[in-house]
Amino acid sequence: MADIAAPGARARSRSWWSGIGQGRHVLGLLFLLPAAVFLLLFLTYPLGLGVWLGFTDTRIGRDGVFVGLENYELLWIDSVFWLAVFNTLLYTTGASILKFGLGLWLALLLNQHLPFKAFFRAVVLLPWVVPTVLSAIAFWWIFDAQFSILSWALIKLGLIDQNINFLGDSTNARASVIAANVWRGIPFVAISLLAGLQTIPPSLHEAATLDGASGWQRFRYITLPMLSPIIAVVMTFSVLFTFTDFQLIYVLTRGGPLNATHLMATLSFQRAIPGGQLGEGAAIAVAMIPFLLAAILFSYFGLQRRKWQQGGGD
Amino acid sequence: MTISRRNVLLGGAGLAGASALPGFTGGAFAQSVPQYKPEPGASLRMLRWSPFIKAEEEAWLANTKKFTEATGVEVRIDKESWEDIRPKAAVAANVGSGPDIVWVWFDDAQQYPDKLMDVTDLATALGGKYGGWYPGNEAYAKANGRFIAFPLATIGNAICYRDSWVKDAGFSQFPNDTKGLLELGKALKAKNHPMGFTLGHGVGDGNNFCHWVLWSHGGKMVDDKSKVVINSPETVAALRYARELYQTFIPGTESWLDVNNNRAFLAGEISVTANGVSLYYAAKNDPKLADMAKDIKTTNMPVGPGGPAELTQTTSACIFKYTKYPQAALAYMSFMFDAPQMNAWIQGSSGYCCQTLKAFASNPIWTSDPNHAPYAKASELLRPNGYSGPLGPQSAAAMADWIVVDMVAEAATGQRTPEEAAKRAEMRASRIYRG
Repeated sequence: MADIAAPGARARSRSWWSGIGQGRHVLGLLFLLPAAVFLLLFLTYPLGLGVWLGFTDTRIGRDGVFVGLENYELLWIDSVFWLAVFNTLLYTTGASILKFGLGLWLALLLNQHLPFKAFFRAVVLLPWVVPTVLSAIAFWWIFDAQFSILSWALIKLGLIDQNINFLGDSTNARASVIAANVWRGIPFVAISLLAGLQTIPPSLHEAATLDGASGWQRFRYITLPMLSPIIAVVMTFSVLFTFTDFQLIYVLTRGGPLNATHLMATLSFQRAIPGGQLGEGAAIAVAMIPFLLAAILFSYFGLQRRKWQQGGGD
Repeated sequence: MTISRRNVLLGGAGLAGASALPGFTGGAFAQSVPQYKPEPGASLRMLRWSPFIKAEEEAWLANTKKFTEATGVEVRIDKESWEDIRPKAAVAANVGSGPDIVWVWFDDAQQYPDKLMDVTDLATALGGKYGGWYPGNEAYAKANGRFIAFPLATIGNAICYRDSWVKDAGFSQFPNDTKGLLELGKALKAKNHPMGFTLGHGVGDGNNFCHWVLWSHGGKMVDDKSKVVINSPETVAALRYARELYQTFIPGTESWLDVNNNRAFLAGEISVTANGVSLYYAAKNDPKLADMAKDIKTTNMPVGPGGPAELTQTTSACIFKYTKYPQAALAYMSFMFDAPQMNAWIQGSSGYCCQTLKAFASNPIWTSDPNHAPYAKASELLRPNGYSGPLGPQSAAAMADWIVVDMVAEAATGQRTPEEAAKRAEMRASRIYRG
């Protein structure tokens, strides 16, 4: 399209207003304005404020002063903070790998010609639809020290003779919260990957079958490469959701036992609001940013690979 | 902030006779309470925690209605889950707008004293009229010697136990010292009726139990000058005791939040726990649990070498400086603390809310059911958080970071030795009490 706002006799004769109305760049900026204001107001400003707070000693009810890196220096020697970092990485890695493996498996199953396919696809979405707090409360009962249905069932089956200490033992507690997160996160991965699977032309599979490719070979050389851009996007989102998880931990353990399930998000809240140390809480939240950026960059390079796969150069 | 808590200790001895103090007639303590005239067209908003006992809320609302009828001042009362009050009040303090009056917990008021109205005149007058404030509650409501809030109530914490099981274990009555409790725990465990106390991140029950373990053996977080002294022989003794006691518990208490001990007790899984009176009422109000309710008895926490001391939960009502109707707010609080209203409210709470003014200790609710009696002493036994240092942002931060709870749980479960757990708590506390 030609740039009709370019200088010219006709354009000059028009009023200033119609110039704006027809100017491609100006009009474009105008259309961008609502989104830009929205982003500035609700994303950039809070983020900037959070970063700033991290450099101050602000407390609830008292404005802080700039203290430079003091909050970070104190966190550096705080073993609870490092435990929270470790927990967050373990939680994110463990849950993401499981969500990917099980989600992909579920997507492949749902992509088959099953009876009641639509019904099953709808059912799979349920954990994603239920509000997190509700599903967390359900898991709280499932993991209860005294009234766990899992312990009860295993005792009735004669496999164990006393209740499992799901949320009391550090290792069990970590495994339990990861299991709850996986249950909740699988539908997102499965349904997104299913959508990806359906974009793969059946003709490719037919051609491969005619050439005598086995099921595994078709998966390895057709499905997986064709799906990898979707996987990159889906897993980036999944990692981001998991890394910033809060509700599940807050309902199930409050970070206990002995801070074994404290994530950076829950620790940040604990220090900032109940603890009143807004500056320190903000610093913990800001410390999450490098990890999140790394996840986003990972996705970016994943997407670059897609170009390369489709025959384009880097 | 320099609130000396020495008076808390000194006051403690004389408190046993609190109920004998002059009652509502005023007596020698009688003092006139200032009168406040609400501003024309005034209306108020109050934010309180969601009630645990329905009749308590009804009594407060009925009193409020009386106030509105007498003065024409409308009062809107909003409710939030008790743990959500802290962030809401903090936002109101930071932003400078929100409810006129908020019922806050623990040392919340100490976090933003300069955003709160100085209510010293009225609070002092009320104290004078009704036999004085309990020192612990007063400490929570005062900053720099001035009242920044009205001590509203103490939510008592006491041992709840199954009488028949305790007798069955060979104890004719519940032991009143820490040593006896351990013996009882062992006997109950042998009878397959273990005890259970919260060791997880339960804001109420976890803090109550773990502070009792520490204080009952003479340990404390900081000294009068805010120097961290938690790594002491007393603390180590407390943690050794916790380790022994833990072995008589039902498994899994380190994962318990505030609700778990209630559930386990009501399901007959545990014989002894510590809780507010609401646990007894949960059984009493359930026809299916009638037999259990008859078997439930309550008593105060056993006393150890450190003497009687409990954290309990305290709530204070503060008026924010930004209120447009300070006179109306003061008139409202004055009305609510007046004997007819305060008595009705304490009565309605069935022992859940303990009076903060000594004269109300003679409220008939405390003698209406023997199980209420231990809760009547809640304000008397109350020891403020962060003992024996001042209340303020540091004491609040130390509690929010679960330093005492984690220390006791680490030692009790054997994840760290008592010495290591005390040392680690010292390191964590020093971070907060630096400078």
